[in-house]
Amino acid sequence: MNAPAVRSVEVNGFACRVWEKGDGEPIGVLAGIGGFQRWTPFLEALSQSRRVVVPSLPGFPGGEGHEVLDTQLDWLLATHDLLTAADLTGTDLVGVSVGAALAADAAACWPALVNRLALVSPLGIFDEDEPITDVFAQRPGALPALLCHDPANFEVATAPSKDDDPTEGQIIAVRAHEAAARLLWPVLDTRLARRLPRIGHRTLIVAGANDQVLPASYSDKFAALIPGPTEIVHVTDAGHLVDLDAPEVLAATIVERL
Amino acid sequence: MKLLWFHLMPYTELPDDFREQNPSVWVDIDSKLFDPARAHHMYNDFMDELEYASQCGFDGICVNEHHSNGYGLMPSPNLIASTLARRTADTALCVMGNSLALYNPPTRVAEEFAMLDCISGGRLIAGFPVGSPMDTCYAFGQNPSLLRPRYHEAHDLIMKAWTEPEPFAFNGRFNQQRYVNIWPRPIQDPHPPIWIPGGGSVDTWQWCAERDYVYSYLSYFGYKMGRATVHGFWNEMDRLGKDRNPYRAGFLQFVGVAETQQQAIELYKEPAEYFYGRCLHVDPRFANPPGYTTEATLRARVESQVAKAADRSAERANLSIQFEEILEKGYVIVGTPDEVAARLREVAVDLNIGHLMLLLQFGNMGKELAMSNTKLFAEEVMPQLTDLFDDDWEDHWWPSPMPRQQRAVPGTLTEAFWQ
Repeated sequence: MNAPAVRSVEVNGFACRVWEKGDGEPIGVLAGIGGFQRWTPFLEALSQSRRVVVPSLPGFPGGEGHEVLDTQLDWLLATHDLLTAADLTGTDLVGVSVGAALAADAAACWPALVNRLALVSPLGIFDEDEPITDVFAQRPGALPALLCHDPANFEVATAPSKDDDPTEGQIIAVRAHEAAARLLWPVLDTRLARRLPRIGHRTLIVAGANDQVLPASYSDKFAALIPGPTEIVHVTDAGHLVDLDAPEVLAATIVERL
Repeated sequence: MKLLWFHLMPYTELPDDFREQNPSVWVDIDSKLFDPARAHHMYNDFMDELEYASQCGFDGICVNEHHSNGYGLMPSPNLIASTLARRTADTALCVMGNSLALYNPPTRVAEEFAMLDCISGGRLIAGFPVGSPMDTCYAFGQNPSLLRPRYHEAHDLIMKAWTEPEPFAFNGRFNQQRYVNIWPRPIQDPHPPIWIPGGGSVDTWQWCAERDYVYSYLSYFGYKMGRATVHGFWNEMDRLGKDRNPYRAGFLQFVGVAETQQQAIELYKEPAEYFYGRCLHVDPRFANPPGYTTEATLRARVESQVAKAADRSAERANLSIQFEEILEKGYVIVGTPDEVAARLREVAVDLNIGHLMLLLQFGNMGKELAMSNTKLFAEEVMPQLTDLFDDDWEDHWWPSPMPRQQRAVPGTLTEAFWQ
């Protein structure tokens, strides 16, 4: 895997990393819980068919400035500014987990910002009768098995590389989890349900068949609230972070079905 | 030195197999284990014990705030403190304290503390904790990433509410109030002394030093585990050019006194094992909400032994629940009055602690034992400690009540009322 091109854009005066690789029609990707510590097999697979642009949200690996985002509006404006600065305007957009909550919100609020939408294990709504697992109340070491069907996939994706300072790697991982919590605490509901009816875009909803975080019915809940044409795809042998568990299948699904 | 009697108000009837059958004493503790009729007696016993401590001559009595917690039955310590204000005379009332970010708006704390100061005639010590992860983030749903900024803003608002003579508008990051105008206002001028209960965060030490607040290290793990942290605090005070006035600091210690060492071991084994075995049985999934610990503290924990020693989740992970180990590690000090006095004197000098907070009721200890422990301590240990530091240092952080003769005397109810 060749490394992607790296550049930096500013959001609220803070630096956010943007990765780019591949040719063809551009497609943006917003990472899930934990963010992208490195170029992953999913991003590589997708870049075989599309020009993949990966901007880092504030607080996630590669992105700074989550500490000035206090409200949902702050996060939403930061997402808008990040996508715009990364030249992702009017392009297809993939969001995973927490990234999907913001991708959906951006499409709802600025319809012209997004072309087609792929929501992979999207967060942002909460049903008291079928609660989401509390990803922020986990015993030490429990996260990999919660987020991935094969825990090793999460460990490999988030392990600091050999060149990194191990303390810094630990801090980056904790900060990513904090950034997600800052947006989603306490029940992972961003009131997205109120805005999903504004999404007229073609929307692909992808669910991991072994997702330990989201109840299976949540895909239907999203589809029911989005008036645009939706399609739900279930990926076998995949947990919440489908991109880490089934990189090739997810990339192919997006390229073929979106 | 000052000796304060601290009550956690633990539920005293958690079942013997609590540890085996329940994941946590805190946050998601089984509500079916709570019997309100039994709690009626517990609360009244606990308030008797606090009042008794006041009668016995302790300098202060302390209450604190916990939520969804089987070892802390005071979601509102202010309610307890208000009854103590009426039923005690000269003792300082140490509310340790109100977790500022949980009060909406935070001026509620300024109001209630001012009420307590008025009712008690100026005997309040105002504790401002950030609050534990379990209380604030899980039981009360506060965002861990926003908790500290909210806490700091709440602090600034409360202090301004107490000191600003005119009504003012507050346009904060988290709180907006067009008219802030505290009514009632505290008796103590400009405000009650502020004590900050804390862990081992260097940020907190610096913050206390800047504002001249008392830093109180409240750990359940005793003087041996607390040593590195408290020494770290004093080193930081040296670095910041602050004097080593022992009254800048508070420290919590469990103590059991008896006529003989053997008797002490027999009497305090069960309540100690109840406390460490059942009351501290906290599910580790509630220990580290993301963002609760600052990045500066995380870095310090990797790099510094002091910060590592103060990491409470690490302390909890290595928790001892057998009495022999509890004693060996110094979680609890037990012995004859002379033995306890000698040990506490040594601890107070070594840690340079002017405000010693004592847990003389702990775990499932009943009222009779709690009172005899309190009495023995007051009569035979206290006289061996009170002179410490007094010749050299002044306590600038102690309440300044109205003169006794100017204070109201609470009315009494006739015997007939109770018939």
